[in-house]
Amino acid sequence: MVARLLAAIAALLCAIGPARAQDAAWADVLAKARGQTVHWNAWAGDEKTNAFIAWVGDEVAKRHGVKVVHVKLKDTAEAVTRVVAEKAAGRDSGGSVDLVWINGANFLALRQQKLLFGPYAERLPNWRYVDTAGKRSNLVDFTIPHEGYESPWRMAQVVFVYDGKRVGTPPSSVAALLAWAKAHPGRFTHPNVRNFLGSTFLKQALYELAPDPSVLQRPATDANFASTTAPMWAWYDALKPTLWRGGVQFPENGPAQRQLMNDGEIDMMVSFNPSEAAVSASAGLLPDSVRTFTFAKGTIGNTSFVAIPYNATAKEGAMVVADFLLAPATQARAQDIRQMGNFTVLDLAKLAPEDRRRFDELPRHPALPTNAELGTTLLEPHPSWMTRIATEWERRYTK
Amino acid sequence: MSAAPDRAAVAPVGRASARRLRPLAWAPTLTVATFALPIAAGLAGTIAPAFGYLPAIGGKGFTLDAWRELVAWPGFGSSLKLTLATGFTATILSALLAFGFCAWAAGRAWGPRAAAWLAPILATPHSAFAIGLAFVIAPSGWIVRALSPWLTGFDVPPDVATVGHPSGAALVLGLVVKEVPYLVLMTTAALAQVRSHEHLALARSFGYGAREAWIRAVLPQIWRQVRLPVLAVLAYSLSVVDVALILGPGNPPTLAVLAVRWLGDADVRMWFPAAAAATLVLVVVAASIVALLALERLIAAVGARIVARGRRKTALTPLIGGTAATVAALGVLACAAMAGMALWSVATQWRFPGAMPSGLTLDGWARRAGELAAPALNTVVVGAIATLVALVLSLACLEAEQRRPRAGPPPALSLLYLPLLVPQVAFLFGAQVLLVRGGADGTLAAVAWAHLIYVLPYLFLSLADPWRALDPRYARTAASLGASPLRVFVAVKLPILARPVAIACAVAFAVSAGLYLPTLFAGNGLVPTLTTEAVTLSAGADRRVIGAWALAQAAVPLVVYAAAVLLTARRSAA
Amino acid sequence: MSGETLSLERVRIVLAGRTLVDGLDLAIGPRECVTLMGPSGCGKSTLLAFVAGSIGSPFVAEGRVRVGDDDVTAWPPERRRIGILFQDDLLFPHLTVGGNLAFALHERVRGRRERRARIDAALAEADLAGFADRDPSTLSGGQRARVALMRTLLAEPRALLLDEPFNKLDAQLRDEVRRFVFDHALERAIPILLVTHDEADARAAGGPVLRFGSGGPLRG
Repeated sequence: MVARLLAAIAALLCAIGPARAQDAAWADVLAKARGQTVHWNAWAGDEKTNAFIAWVGDEVAKRHGVKVVHVKLKDTAEAVTRVVAEKAAGRDSGGSVDLVWINGANFLALRQQKLLFGPYAERLPNWRYVDTAGKRSNLVDFTIPHEGYESPWRMAQVVFVYDGKRVGTPPSSVAALLAWAKAHPGRFTHPNVRNFLGSTFLKQALYELAPDPSVLQRPATDANFASTTAPMWAWYDALKPTLWRGGVQFPENGPAQRQLMNDGEIDMMVSFNPSEAAVSASAGLLPDSVRTFTFAKGTIGNTSFVAIPYNATAKEGAMVVADFLLAPATQARAQDIRQMGNFTVLDLAKLAPEDRRRFDELPRHPALPTNAELGTTLLEPHPSWMTRIATEWERRYTK
Repeated sequence: MSAAPDRAAVAPVGRASARRLRPLAWAPTLTVATFALPIAAGLAGTIAPAFGYLPAIGGKGFTLDAWRELVAWPGFGSSLKLTLATGFTATILSALLAFGFCAWAAGRAWGPRAAAWLAPILATPHSAFAIGLAFVIAPSGWIVRALSPWLTGFDVPPDVATVGHPSGAALVLGLVVKEVPYLVLMTTAALAQVRSHEHLALARSFGYGAREAWIRAVLPQIWRQVRLPVLAVLAYSLSVVDVALILGPGNPPTLAVLAVRWLGDADVRMWFPAAAAATLVLVVVAASIVALLALERLIAAVGARIVARGRRKTALTPLIGGTAATVAALGVLACAAMAGMALWSVATQWRFPGAMPSGLTLDGWARRAGELAAPALNTVVVGAIATLVALVLSLACLEAEQRRPRAGPPPALSLLYLPLLVPQVAFLFGAQVLLVRGGADGTLAAVAWAHLIYVLPYLFLSLADPWRALDPRYARTAASLGASPLRVFVAVKLPILARPVAIACAVAFAVSAGLYLPTLFAGNGLVPTLTTEAVTLSAGADRRVIGAWALAQAAVPLVVYAAAVLLTARRSAA
Repeated sequence: MSGETLSLERVRIVLAGRTLVDGLDLAIGPRECVTLMGPSGCGKSTLLAFVAGSIGSPFVAEGRVRVGDDDVTAWPPERRRIGILFQDDLLFPHLTVGGNLAFALHERVRGRRERRARIDAALAEADLAGFADRDPSTLSGGQRARVALMRTLLAEPRALLLDEPFNKLDAQLRDEVRRFVFDHALERAIPILLVTHDEADARAAGGPVLRFGSGGPLRG
């Protein structure tokens, strides 16, 4: 504890010099941001998240005079398309997207085409609290170092949610999951593989079934894709007929899948948010009997980011929002299962004691896993795996 | 307008005001330009990328790669089949049910009033019904809940597909629920233009039952007026996106959904096959219209032979009774769909197999009122602007036509039907690029303009018949008393026609309120309306939330419709 | 066919408190034509609608209609087989002349050839041989009126109602069509009820004449 304190003081001392300049620069950003309207393009399928975004809007309006408009997306790709369309039409400034909730393939698409503003993440005052050591996904987005072109705002990790009333001992590996599904046909499904959660489910299986999971950190190629994924497809061929609707129909996304669980159509589902079960049960979106489990060998985790398109109209305003998202109080509220219930991107050790207390005092829930229960976090494979898996899945199973 | 002796009376007025009224002569041209040019440009902007031309993303030459990619896509064959099957089934079923219902109502005194009850269904957006239906017919939906477990024995929902069934059956149902009332009302309107009562009485005196008589003697006479609405239903059913997203299968989806899905892909190279798919939707619609017209010939020929046989009782009689019962069932389903959403919006919790929510609360509405406000306002503002502009253009066209009676409606005005037949996906993509170029995308004006394209034909079509049917002697009498054409228009025609004008506006507003794709494309996501938000949420959000949105979405056009009916009713009674 | 009698018994028709027909009793024998005379709006056509079975709200009607031994009062129009000829010929515009006749021709006549023969015969009877495939709109007024009558007769009605059928024809044509109608209708051995306001019609019909008073309702 003492050592940590000393280290913190040392870090603080070292930071004072450049911090001055940074402060001045940030004051400039704040000044420019005042009065701006930020069009935050964000997937809007979850009411809790929508409400949180609305709260963020109210707060930054109050504190910094920045107005936030939540542009509700069905799919983040819509925003990517919009930016690309604007680029195509030659609109290099005054763009319609100021801030976008993004990661993985969508980030890569914009970054590769140089359609992002930045690097800006390290310029945010609250960046210093971000956990860059323990949560590597805050720096490396699907194996791609984001280099400050996006700023983290919440964590995600694959977990499974089951109905404790209907499922005895939940499976602890993909092989056990297959056995369970065979014994309970029609009671498990996953979102459509075009949806990130659907493809993440397959990536999760791939992690356990690939002959050498380390290749997943490199781009997928024609040479390594077939051999790496063959065991996974064999497993999936066995699983698919046991799924809900015989594996012919799939829920379009996570919330649709959750609705199925709430309607009693399925007993078990995959989720990308460890607190989804707790949050949803308290909100009446899932039965109170739901519980959470993960696989023994660990599950994939990643970070959700916000990025600013190169032609954004309100870049400063967008930065103010991104910074506000990293504020300890904001993060604590985000993690509150009564609010949104997403695990923080911050390193609690870096926080001042009163901020740390905010996290300690968060409410608990029987469906909320502890950090220990969450187990090992596996790094996201390179985005090319996701794209290839989705394409291959379509090729194999679309008739 | 053909009575020769009267022309002398109207001529001096016409001549005196000829110079002043010049702008009116341009009304039809302006009207046609309002939508024909953007449609043409939009189509070009969609077809060019389908053949590889879209310089902005590196498509510089003519290639067939996009088509190759589209055809090679694993689900292409099924998607095409699904599109055709759902489009034709929905259209033919809707037409049969609507005509069957009208034939059944023909023999009954209260038949026409039954048709009036269908109007509210017409005012409610397609997607609101689709969202409601999805809950009613799902295996864990209201019907199964109401019967479980006491009758079915289910304590968990059965694992059978209804919504999203690969055959597209749920999509067909969703379309039929909306299109049958539309066709019934169009048929009822057409009936007023022929001497249907007398022909019916005559055919009955020959020994034909009312239903057989209606099908044989009345329907063929009004077919000419009803054909366009049927073709519009066909074009719509083949290219619909929002209903297909909510009720249709996802893997593969219909071609129109596929096009929209690829347009939204993060990988911009997918735009090329997306454009090809959108172009294919256009081709499919065009070919299907030709096919339906060929089918019309066939049915006319076969029908004439059947009629010549003179059989008084055929299988039609009981069949028509069946269609009327089916229409009644669809009505119940439609009411259940909206009632289900209304209940969800105030439910505390509603789990399978509960037939009713476990508790009711208004908290949800209180919490969401703020969220609903902005999209509701957008819906009203966009709808009002589009309706008003369309009203001004339509009235200008009709006035221009009446003041130059010999010229009749300009042939170009028949292009007005174009937006009803050209699939939205086929030109909205191209139109969006135009809007972005002009820097107008994402503005309220752009959305209102996109809506105008669809609002105008409906408003014009519902207004033209009553306007043209107005006895010209009213205007002549007023003119002979010295009233200027403007005064005749304001003080005579408008007050007499207040009710049809109000109802045409309500219909137009309802069309606007229900538009999904045009709002999405022109608004670039920045002008959310109740419909775009409801469809976005329908992909899986909390049903209590969806319920509130679907209800709000249905309520706004219904309120406008009711206002139009009630306000003008009191006026004509007074 | 020996011929049946069309009888009306104590027929009373009321419209919004105004009695149009009050206790009318009438019996028309086969080959007999009774004429009802009266100014327009007096309720003549309403009475015909009552006999044909197509009367509806806002009229209130009571009394009985019999054809031969059948009390048809409660029967729907299609079961009564009472033919009507209106002011307008009401030829179906979507059918050819032959198609119009085939529409009405009794279903007892079976087989395409047989039906076609009957239609051709009817056309020849109306001096319209070879007109079967013509569009009705290409016919003259007199020709249309004759087709309309032949059409009504081909349905083999048990009685015939004539609702001012010559009203819209010009004076010269009226005599010719009137003669044609009565010649062919009376040949069929069925009772005929004619309503008109033209004395010439009544004279041509040659049967009893009942007059609607301009003041009170029609009484039997």
